Order: sequence, then C-alpha cells, then structure tokens
Amino acid sequence: MRPVYMISGGITKFAKANPEKDFRLMVKESFDYAMDDLPRLNREMIDGSVCSYFSDHFTRQLKAGAMVQDYLGFCPKPSKRIEGGGATGGLCFQSAWEAVASGRMEVCVAMGFETMSRVNTWKGNEFIAYASDTNFDYPVGGFYTGYYAMMVQRHMFEFGTTVEQMAMVAIKNHANALYNAYAQSPGKLTIEDVRSSPLVATPLTRLDCCTMSDGAAVAILASEDFAKRLCHRPIRITGVGCGTDAMRMADRPHKEVILLPHETEADYRDLKYPGVHSFRGGRMAAKLAYRMAGINNPLNELDFVELHDAYTSSEIQTYEDLGLCRYGEGGSFVQAGAPFMTNLDYGLTFISGHWKHIPVNPSGGLLACGHPVGATGLMQAVFAFWQLQGTIEKHLKNNILQVPNAKRGLIHSHAGTGTYITVTIMESSP
Amino acid sequence: MKKDVRLPETLEGTVLFNVDPIIIKYHYEVDYIHSYAQDSLFFAGLTKKKLLGSRCAGCCYTYATPRGHCMECGAKTEWFELPLEGKVHTFTTCYFGGEEFLKETPFTLILVEFEGVNTLFLSRLIGMEPAQMRIGLAVKARFLRNCKFRPTDIYFVPA
Repeated sequence: MRPVYMISGGITKFAKANPEKDFRLMVKESFDYAMDDLPRLNREMIDGSVCSYFSDHFTRQLKAGAMVQDYLGFCPKPSKRIEGGGATGGLCFQSAWEAVASGRMEVCVAMGFETMSRVNTWKGNEFIAYASDTNFDYPVGGFYTGYYAMMVQRHMFEFGTTVEQMAMVAIKNHANALYNAYAQSPGKLTIEDVRSSPLVATPLTRLDCCTMSDGAAVAILASEDFAKRLCHRPIRITGVGCGTDAMRMADRPHKEVILLPHETEADYRDLKYPGVHSFRGGRMAAKLAYRMAGINNPLNELDFVELHDAYTSSEIQTYEDLGLCRYGEGGSFVQAGAPFMTNLDYGLTFISGHWKHIPVNPSGGLLACGHPVGATGLMQAVFAFWQLQGTIEKHLKNNILQVPNAKRGLIHSHAGTGTYITVTIMESSP
Repeated sequence: MKKDVRLPETLEGTVLFNVDPIIIKYHYEVDYIHSYAQDSLFFAGLTKKKLLGSRCAGCCYTYATPRGHCMECGAKTEWFELPLEGKVHTFTTCYFGGEEFLKETPFTLILVEFEGVNTLFLSRLIGMEPAQMRIGLAVKARFLRNCKFRPTDIYFVPA
C-alpha cells in the first residue's frame, strides 16, 4: 500500500429541501468548489470516481451514480457506487482510499449525495427503516429512532446516563453550527428546550435526533506524488478501519469488551458486551484505524473528532466505542465539558472531570448540519480536511470553529443500529 | 406509411405542487412475491401459539430470533420452543414513526430476554402506561387468533 492524501473537498449547504437542484447538480457544485480550491488540479488528472448514496427509494432512480458520472464529465473513466446505510459516505471515502493506495488510480474523486425531501418525513422514516430486517424488525413497528431509543434505555440502565447529559450534546452541536454556514439547523438551545421538544420515542425528543436533508459532498484523494505536486497542504490518511455487527439488535452477543491499547480487562470485569448499549462495530473500526495510524491513546493523540451523531445518545455511545473515555463514562465525559469547544459559551456549567478537551463535532455534526445520508460521511471528511489544513476561516468565513494547531483528526461514519461503521484518521504533514 | 397519425389524448392529469421548479406527484407502488424461505417455520409456529427459536447443533448457542445457521460457529441450527414468559431487556414508546405505523402510535417496543437464551426477541408490548415501563418487567406472550403471518402475530403483556 502506498500513502494516500486528501487534496481538496467541497460541500453544498445542507437544507431540508432543495428542489431547485437535482442530485447531479448538487454533486457538480461540490465538485466545482473542490476544483476551484485546487487550481493546479485539472480534469484530465482525475482517474475515476466512487459515488456514495444510500437509498434508491429516495432518489426514485436506480444507477443514479452513473448519472452523476456523466453529468460531471467523467465518462468513460472508471466508477462504482458504494452503499452501506448511514456509513455510505465513510465507506465511499475508504473505497477511494483503496483505489489510490492500491495504485489503481493516482487521483480519485469520492462524491456523495442524498435528496431526502422528495418524500414526506413519515415516508422517509419508512425508507430508512427498510434498512432493518424486513422479516423480523420492520413489521413490528420499524422506526430507527425507536431502535436507538431502546439502545439508550439500556445504556441508561447499565451506566446511569441521563437525558440531561444527552441534551448537552444537542446544545453543543447546534451551538457549534452557528458558525458553520453549511449547516441546516444551527441554534442556541438549553436543556429545557431539548427536553420540552416533542417526544419521538422515549426518551428521545425531536432535538435528540438529526433531520433529513438534501445535500452533496466531494472529497478528492491522490497519491503522494500528485498530492505534493498539486496541493500546498495535502492531508494524509494514516488509518482506516471498519467494523460490523448483526443486522438485528436482538442478535447482538453479551460477551467481553474488545479492548483498545490503553485499556485492560480489569476495566470491564462485569460488563456484558456489546449487548444493545454499545456499538461493537465502532470499537472494531477504531481498533483497526488506531493500529494502522499507530495511535495508542486516542484522547491524548487526537486533536478533534467528527463523529456520526444521528442521535445525542449515539454520540455518547460513540465516545466510548472510540475510547475517548471508558465504556460507561460517556455521559460524564460530556457533562465534564470534554467534547466542547473551549472558545464558545454554551450557557452550561460543567462538572470537573479528568479528561482533556477534545472538540467533538466542531462542525455541528449530523444533529445540526443535517444528514443527507450519502453525503454525510464525506461532509465529515471535508470539515476534517479544512481543520487540518487550517483553512476553516477561508471556507466558513470565520475562524471560530478552527481547532488551534489541529494535527490529527478522526472521522466516524455509522450505519443501521451499528451494522457498518468506519473510522478514518487524517493527519496534516509536518 | 401513415403520416397523418396522432396519439389519442386522455383526461388524466398530473398533480402539480409547484411550477418553479416544477414539482409533481409521482406514484410508486409494488407487490412482492415474498418468501420467508428457511425462516417459514417460525411464522407457521405462531399460528399454533408457539414461539420458535434456533439452537446451534454445533455449539449449542441459542437464538430467540430464528436463524438457519449459527453466527458463532457456522453450523446449522435446529428449531426449539421458547418459553412464553420472559423479561423486558429494554423498551421504548414510539410517538412518531414510519408512514405504515403512524396510525398505531403511540406503541411500545420491547426486546424480550428469555431465561437461558443467548439472544433477544423484538416485539410489541400492550397493557402498560409508558411512564410505568421499566427494564426487568416480567412479560408473557399472547397470539393473534387471525394470523397475518407477520412477527406481530405474537405480542406481549405484563405477566
């Protein structure tokens, strides 16, 4: 395998509905943004693409990727579609990495989109629930928020996690997004706002959940030779990992924790794992990515994280899967303020904790940016790329969300109830 | 060759929501010829008021939701009858949902754990106020008399 770099990226503003543009045009706009940001890259240098979108139902079009390929003028170069539920974008990014790492391509475009406004929200919930077992899960009342609600009920039971801790995640991500013009629903919230918004599935309220969106994102990856020639500050992809779990939550085992290098068996003597309270696939993805990147203690060795916060609860669960804190400590981790930006006032009082600060979802995450599924994982890559380049101010027109001296970041993409999960480590070059 | 030909005009129209851009209603519907295949016996069991799970013939791992082959060792599984009483492993009450189930809200989902069985079973629970729901609640199975050959032919009530 040879080194792979991200050399440019672009995104559209995520919106509840963007009927003026179809999926092809949205990807084209993201791609043009990425091309404008890297003038030395010309179209002839692009060897091919990988296209990411989740649902043929939402698109009302099979093989939509082929239409993006021709709209962008990439024919007859190679391309393929990647689909893996909510992790579609993260899997697409890793597929582009594989294309370059293997030597098959010098420059590969990872491009993703989703147009979810084309059906009403109830129908959209139904489409998403088709990504659960349609014999045994969907017919019982298929609804993803319901599945996540059951998982966090168990997390609360096992570890004492509270709805107020979950609300703090919503406050953080919506407040961060106030400085991100690409975000769909920035806002200044209080714990009271989150808890008094309509109940969706106990204990999750509407503000505990991300929204459906229309949007697109593009990440351009290249070999070292091309990266050094074309880009002032290429960002190296130093670790990729992916993990999985059983489609049906009911089938998850209750066994031993998969340990990260900084953990020991003694940390989890009585914990049955993963059950339905944790994401074994996320832990596996992190373990593999950390091994490749040479990370031994993620909290100390990462500067920021962009993770898949489809729900406030799943952000807390994911802190633990990624080893930012131990299993069971996710609620305290957020209550101690560890994942908050240090330069923003969230209107919250934090308890003392022993964790160092690590901004999680400085962009606003899915909760505030929106979640156009096939674009989401690539959107995270673009924000991480800008963070590591130190170009947040250039792209967001303000530097509030720029993590100072960000050298190494993690992006995390998550599908189903944890069925496919990717973790990718990105680093700025010295 | 005929040059003086036209398609017949019809009176069917299109539902139009907007003109700039043009947004129309597009209907899409499909009937599948769906097979439960190797899981068929589970649904047949529900018609006889039996809840069937799978036990691995190789490593004896037990599944409360059936599967033809074991996730642990890959061996074929055998059917076995699950007890009709268990405990709530986790739960939620859904106030929103997918279109198909909206009319049924609020409804309560539970994962049921059975004594000595390694995995769980997803079902509906009725007969409890949402505020009274708790993990560990003892529950027992009920069956629909008029089966629909769906997993909702079984549901649970407080024991």
